[in-house]
Amino acid sequence: MTLDPRTESKVGSEPGAEPVVTAEEPLPAATQPALEAPAETLGGYVRRWWLGVRAGELGSLPIIVGLVVIGIVFGTLDDTFFTERNFTNLLLQMAAIATIAIGVVFVLLIGEIDLSVAFVSAVGGVSMTLLLRPDASDWPWWLAIAVALAVTTAIGLLQALVITKAGVPSFVVTLAGLLIWSGVVLVLTTEYSTAGTVRIQDDTVIGIANNFLSDAAGWIVGAVVVAGYGLSQLQTARSRRARGLDAKPAAVIALQVAGLAVVTVVAVWYANRDRGVPQVTLLVLALFVFWSFVASRTRFGRHVYAVGGSAEAARRAGINVDRVRIMVFMIAGLMAGLGGIILASRLRSVATNTGGGNLLLNVIAAAVIGGTSLFGGRGRVVSALLGALVITAVDNGMGLLNLATGTKFVITGLVLLAAVLVDALSKRRRAARGVV
Amino acid sequence: MTAPLLECEGVSKAFGAVQALYRVDFEVRAGEVMALVGDNGAGKSTLVKGVVGIYPFDEGRVRFEGAPVNIHGPRDAARLGIEVVYQDLALADNLDVTANMFLGRERTRGIVLDESSMEHTAQETLEGLSVTTLGSVRQTVAGLSGGQRQAVAVAKSVMWNSKLLILDEPTAALGVAQTRQVLDLVRRLADRNLGVVVISHNLHDVFEVADRITVLRLGQRVAVLDRAETTQQEVVHAITAGTVGHVPGMADAGVTEP
Repeated sequence: MTLDPRTESKVGSEPGAEPVVTAEEPLPAATQPALEAPAETLGGYVRRWWLGVRAGELGSLPIIVGLVVIGIVFGTLDDTFFTERNFTNLLLQMAAIATIAIGVVFVLLIGEIDLSVAFVSAVGGVSMTLLLRPDASDWPWWLAIAVALAVTTAIGLLQALVITKAGVPSFVVTLAGLLIWSGVVLVLTTEYSTAGTVRIQDDTVIGIANNFLSDAAGWIVGAVVVAGYGLSQLQTARSRRARGLDAKPAAVIALQVAGLAVVTVVAVWYANRDRGVPQVTLLVLALFVFWSFVASRTRFGRHVYAVGGSAEAARRAGINVDRVRIMVFMIAGLMAGLGGIILASRLRSVATNTGGGNLLLNVIAAAVIGGTSLFGGRGRVVSALLGALVITAVDNGMGLLNLATGTKFVITGLVLLAAVLVDALSKRRRAARGVV
Repeated sequence: MTAPLLECEGVSKAFGAVQALYRVDFEVRAGEVMALVGDNGAGKSTLVKGVVGIYPFDEGRVRFEGAPVNIHGPRDAARLGIEVVYQDLALADNLDVTANMFLGRERTRGIVLDESSMEHTAQETLEGLSVTTLGSVRQTVAGLSGGQRQAVAVAKSVMWNSKLLILDEPTAALGVAQTRQVLDLVRRLADRNLGVVVISHNLHDVFEVADRITVLRLGQRVAVLDRAETTQQEVVHAITAGTVGHVPGMADAGVTEP
């Protein structure tokens, strides 16, 4: 199992096809509520999906189109883009961005923004690295990581308290945070190293983003993912039928599982021809499954969507809106910390410029490109992964082509703009359909 | 005559120097639609907010199902079975019908949302209210018409075994056909022996659906009229020129019949 673009794209090509999201799945509109199991067909399902697309419920469609375009462009321009080596590189490069972007998705879902995530992630990476220094504190790796994550989560809490209790817009608070935490990173890294770079010497920590699964382990993970997805889909369909509700037809489930299986097999096989499936890919997948579950299957997740859709409605329904907001910013802090640790691990060091550069733009772009609306209330955790893949692929492809930094900025900016345009246009489409 | 479901006796509420309600009596029986009418500032909202405990009354007694009650907030009210459906509906556009109906009170199995159970109940509730125009309970609220949204908001309140439903301007933003649907729905609620309070400016709608009409003017009750025995003119007259007793802080002269 991997984060292969094609895995996600195949699966994402139908609404609700992602394992843990069923809430937003467009279900057949039964004019008369059906009390016996209805005979829902494959054709009907596809027609319904297409109607949804035309009405502005694009789901993951734009990103699949985008990935195909990226593949064609860079595949033709550069011979190495589709090599096994570059494929595993892509998986390694996207891990940190995807991880941080998961937190950003939650923040966007409640209709807020967190501009501090990049430097908060750097604070996480730097804290861990400093605690690990063998000539100083020399903490065990797990303790250093735990403390680093606690620090970034606390930063999220702190910013959230200012936002909720003082009523300052998150844009402003996290913009201040951006400056503050970049300063902290600068102070810490220059304080503890003359060169401004602190190396990580702990093998476990370095292993996070530099080790690979054995071929056999890769296959086992792939099998577990496909089986888990299939079982959860069957379980949902069975429980719905037991209640007399219309469920996804068996043919659709079979096709989706088959599609996922094909893509997984190809991806694992391809990665195994190089160094294998990166360990960090497994971590990102686990995070994705966990947070998707939280977002779509738990009461908290439902409240996150409600706050993003209408904070007033949520408040009147008895939801503690501030508590939801605080939790979400803490999630953003936690995931930023984790992403920072992954990034530090991959580079085997932290430096004065850690968390700077394009990181903030990339993680927010990842969430938005993946289909999470900037207007709040719409989006899924999977968009963090899909978006991270697109952003990383563009970055990676441009790197292979040796484009100038300025050109890279322009192109990345255009990709982001295109994604936001799709979001805004599909919103208009939905509004036109809605009678409201 | 059955004992009233809700009975407010001599309730008053002042905001600083402004006497918003002055010794108002108000009652609703189970199975009746009571319209609450009055000009802007007559105290309709204040009365409702007092009943559900948002702005507790300064004085007066409230009895619910014959027993004296002390309501300190919407949670207390909900526990008693009093629900308010507000004008702006308080639905989350991005969530589907089921999710909205269960918002804040989701059913779970362990920590997992019990979607199929909630969907089933939502469907049953809407069917029970003969709301059939809705299609799927899994479509998002954003795609619904104003009347459908109102129906969802009402069904949401009904689902929690409420006994008294207060509708704030339920037809204000609706077209003709949708108004029809909502009024029919209000009637069905009363037929199910719920007490229904309808706050409305639209006398046409009021006459269509209400059993009795309470008229407020300048924070006081000026009339309780039986729909069958009154006319729109009489109600309009009460709203604009009803006989008001003593208003504190206001000269008596000129407040009564002009």
